[in-house]
Amino acid sequence: MRWARTNLFGSWPETVATLLILWILWQTVPPFIDWAFLDAVWRADPKACRAGEGACWGFIAEKHRFILFGTYPYELHWRPALATVILIGLWVFSAFRMFWRSWLVLVWFFGLTVIGVLMWGGVLGMQYVENERWGGLILTLLLTTFGLAIAFPLSILLALGRRSEMPVIRGLCVGYIELIRGVPLISLLFMASVMLPLFLPSGVSIDKLLRAQIAMILFAAAYLAEVIRGGLQAIPKGQYDAAHALALPFWRRTYLIILPQALRIAVPALVNNFIAFFKDTSLVLIIGLFDLLSTIKISLQDRTWTGFGVEAYLFASLVYFVFCAAMSRYSKSFEHQR
Amino acid sequence: MVWRSARGKRIAYQAAAIGAAVLVAWFLVSNTIQNLEERRIASGFGFLGREAGFEIGESAFLRYSASDSYLRALVVGLSNTLAVALIGVVLATGLGTLVGLLRLSKNFLLKTLSAAYVEFIRNVPLLVQLFFWYAVITEGMPGPREALSPLPGVFLSNRGIYIPTFSSSPELQGFNFVGGAALSPEFAALLIGLVAYTAAFIAEIVRAGILAVDRGQGEAAHALGLSRGQTTRLVILPQALRVIIPPMTSQYLNLTKNSSLAVAIGYPDLVSIANTAMNQTGQAIEGIAIIMAVYLTISLSISAFMNWYNARVAFK
Repeated sequence: MRWARTNLFGSWPETVATLLILWILWQTVPPFIDWAFLDAVWRADPKACRAGEGACWGFIAEKHRFILFGTYPYELHWRPALATVILIGLWVFSAFRMFWRSWLVLVWFFGLTVIGVLMWGGVLGMQYVENERWGGLILTLLLTTFGLAIAFPLSILLALGRRSEMPVIRGLCVGYIELIRGVPLISLLFMASVMLPLFLPSGVSIDKLLRAQIAMILFAAAYLAEVIRGGLQAIPKGQYDAAHALALPFWRRTYLIILPQALRIAVPALVNNFIAFFKDTSLVLIIGLFDLLSTIKISLQDRTWTGFGVEAYLFASLVYFVFCAAMSRYSKSFEHQR
Repeated sequence: MVWRSARGKRIAYQAAAIGAAVLVAWFLVSNTIQNLEERRIASGFGFLGREAGFEIGESAFLRYSASDSYLRALVVGLSNTLAVALIGVVLATGLGTLVGLLRLSKNFLLKTLSAAYVEFIRNVPLLVQLFFWYAVITEGMPGPREALSPLPGVFLSNRGIYIPTFSSSPELQGFNFVGGAALSPEFAALLIGLVAYTAAFIAEIVRAGILAVDRGQGEAAHALGLSRGQTTRLVILPQALRVIIPPMTSQYLNLTKNSSLAVAIGYPDLVSIANTAMNQTGQAIEGIAIIMAVYLTISLSISAFMNWYNARVAFK
């Protein structure tokens, strides 16, 4: 009672606001629960879905294999499934601070090799699957992982370059970072899909997936570079001076003293950028790759199942939300540690 | 001597950087020229004067027909981009500030609901949200004859949203509404999506900005006998704005750049029309160069304006 009095009915305007919200909730929440749960159709039966009043979750049940694995050969779905589990496992494993050792790189190297073998096959008696047929959740996760893994070292170089005393190097880095940050990701993806073939010597061709991946890397590197620059700027000047006084050469100074501190400071902002990047991988849909969002959208084009877009995109939101919210909780946990 | 060699090294590094950049550029340009010759694509912006030959679903300010030039089509696209970006920035600022203030309120319900809103919206990709809103409007809304009317004169249907203007209000005639201002489903979905998404980020910025003002400032203003409104307007807000404006600028830029996702739901913005033009003429390089140049110009102008505004509100 006391809690309600202070937190809900503190004063007249607050009481009015509380009652207004309660009324709005009363008007919206029960119908939503009716639609989403009580009246919902859970069986994969389009006729029942069209006849019923509620949501059609049967659509998800019917299409879940395609949504998760895209056009990967149906009887081989255990391979991307296992790869997905391993990849998520690697991410969770790397989240613990006690594993932040140099051998973590080896763990990743080994894990990604296993994933590559699983996805491509062609060895150990496994059937070869070309990467045009990869799709669904694993494609989203792979685009994110490789995008970040390659963009991250690049972004460190860009950030160092932007703070360099050499005007030419600084100019090149500033130009690159500002150019990429000034244009939408879509224009980079278009550029990769349309212009990259023109950039290469005739006869050399790279597939769609790799082209999209290159655009994502170029994009992520510019944004991560700004985060790392923030970390570099946050280190007390004394650290730079002390490193200098030890007469260490530039790269050793950077590697041993500056970067470990700068990256530690930048971790929360870095994780936020990882989340943004994970969300941005959904844009590859526009240039025709079969990522998670794309497989959901394509499932809706099935004649028997058109018209359930609201359910489909709510499901997509939920999947993305689970991943992003987990990462965001993780980044918040750092704020409490310090 | 050491100084000299260090200086020598620096010059050598920079020369190497220039050399590498020139080499990469030369490699790309020479390959491109060769490829264009092989594919017999004529480069240049001559195509802009030719007849576009495709219709555009809607145009915010300009008249357009299929017999107009590509240049005019692109200008129509740009005006559509600017229309959604301008309206979006205004609405997102309003909604974001409101949600940010509500997150700081003492009322438990307001606080929790606004926090849940921010948390959910920020963790779902914008593209998913745009598809969702588009599906809600085109699949979830009834036809014009059974249109929902949440406020008098405002109608929601699967053909779009109709709102009254000063001169006329929408009325049902035949199969659709006539009069008032109409928002197409594409425009409405894009605008709602962009506003809801950006507002969640703005809310966090506003909240952080207000929390950054020292509590003592408010108490001191109170002790001076200022009313609550005066305290907010004269003491808290001017100080909070200094913290708020730089990140707010990047949110405005993000909203403008994100409006390019219009291409995915079929709103004819600049990227969408340039994409059509590229597919019809094969002038990919020119098309992408136009897109990039336009967005860079917009980004730099917004940055310049916000820097000027920031300098005005900064401590002198």
